[in-house]
Amino acid sequence: MHIIENGNVAAALGVKLCRANVIAAYPITPQTPLTEKLSEYVEAGEMKAEYIHVESEHSALAVCIAASSAGARAFTATSANGLLYMHEQVQWAAGARLPIVMCVVNRAVGAPWNVWNDQQDSISQRDTGWIQMYCSDHQQIIDSVIKAYWLAEKVSIPIMVCYDGYILSHTYMPFAVPDQEKVDAFLPPFKPDYALNTEEPANLNTVTLPDVRMDVRGELAHGYMEIRYLLQEKLRASLTVASEAEKRFADIFGRGGDPYIEPYLCADAQYIAVGLGSLTYQLRVSVDALRKEGIRVGVMGVRFYRPFPDAAIANALKGKKGVIVFEKALSYGYEGALVSDLKSALYEHLAGTGALPVVQNFILGIGGRDIRTEDLTQTLRAATKSRVAKEPVWMGLKL
Amino acid sequence: MGTRNYRRKTSHSEHGPGDGGKTGSWRVERPVLNKSLCIPCKRNAEACFICWLFCPEIVISRTIPPQIDLEYCKGCGICAEECPTKAITMVDEAKFAQDDKDKE
Repeated sequence: MHIIENGNVAAALGVKLCRANVIAAYPITPQTPLTEKLSEYVEAGEMKAEYIHVESEHSALAVCIAASSAGARAFTATSANGLLYMHEQVQWAAGARLPIVMCVVNRAVGAPWNVWNDQQDSISQRDTGWIQMYCSDHQQIIDSVIKAYWLAEKVSIPIMVCYDGYILSHTYMPFAVPDQEKVDAFLPPFKPDYALNTEEPANLNTVTLPDVRMDVRGELAHGYMEIRYLLQEKLRASLTVASEAEKRFADIFGRGGDPYIEPYLCADAQYIAVGLGSLTYQLRVSVDALRKEGIRVGVMGVRFYRPFPDAAIANALKGKKGVIVFEKALSYGYEGALVSDLKSALYEHLAGTGALPVVQNFILGIGGRDIRTEDLTQTLRAATKSRVAKEPVWMGLKL
Repeated sequence: MGTRNYRRKTSHSEHGPGDGGKTGSWRVERPVLNKSLCIPCKRNAEACFICWLFCPEIVISRTIPPQIDLEYCKGCGICAEECPTKAITMVDEAKFAQDDKDKE
């Protein structure tokens, strides 16, 4: 069934189709309509889930952590400062290896207070041990939520499904809503290795010593470092599992492609624009315009940001003349987080091969500053002619 | 042998004595039971067992007399505090260390 709805409804429908058991969320713009829609589903009896009202985002994720520990499929969603307020529990959920799915409806963070879109919120949570997926349209939002539950439960790692506030969350576009039977075939009920129960009581993630130790059964149990290494190891392995998820999804729903990157006119391109989320679809318009001028340019969306698909990205950019990375966030004090990761991948995979492209970084749309397509086209055109600057360039800055 | 094949992914502690390892030498005071004051001992019957119930380390047995597993006892003194007949007293570990020296 195809419908025309907004991005928040696409996310809510995905959560409903996944039969989440527990939802706990605190409303924050621009995520609010998503949680309102879910509470409507639960209230109307369309969704058999516990909707737990909480007083903060920190509590929302704490509820999801408890629910997931007890074997429930848990969902939460937030934006901006709500995500930052959650931060302690964000780290906890990953360390505890709980397959929670959370939508992050991307919004600028304070100070100063701002409710418009950029991606500083989720980018600032890059190093928490969560998987991060970025969506470019409503179809990707609903599909990503469904894929995310399968992947999260397969690898026991929580996932953030990130999509741009307003640009996706509040705009309407057509998308296909999968059939419940197909989603059930894709996503079996959640069966964790261990779920809290009174027959087999346990304390989870209490003080864990720096070194390994004997447990009460006399078996050698992990120390803190082993547990943290296993998270890292599984995150890296998740790249392969994501590919499996994508294939399974394509077999059942007939949609999908590369789980890591989404290239547009990249095959013969000499220059490639790179970004996260809806911006990469807007860049396609600029690419089309520049192609008419004879400039061989393409655009590549990064769909999977953590774990970082370094090999796929390096392979896609190998031998290109230039790579132009557009970001709605940055690692303050240096440059865009994505451009740093991308350069690291290029160095690792291409150093010494002579196939290293020149990399440029543009920061744009911070705090919802309007991104005009003609400005993107102009910047991209200039960047293909020469290296604009060594430092990241803030596009459209009026200082 | 490392922990690669350990059956849990994370930190998972189960009910039982010494999940955090043996106490070692840092206990300051040791609980000592005076059987002539202990209710189950005096009556030679299942009774009271307040010490067993309250011990947070689960190192006191529900037996006559109650046995205290000093390998894992942390010396918190809750048993002594809770015992209705004051049958348990906390004794400075230094005294036992001195006794051990005297034996040598």
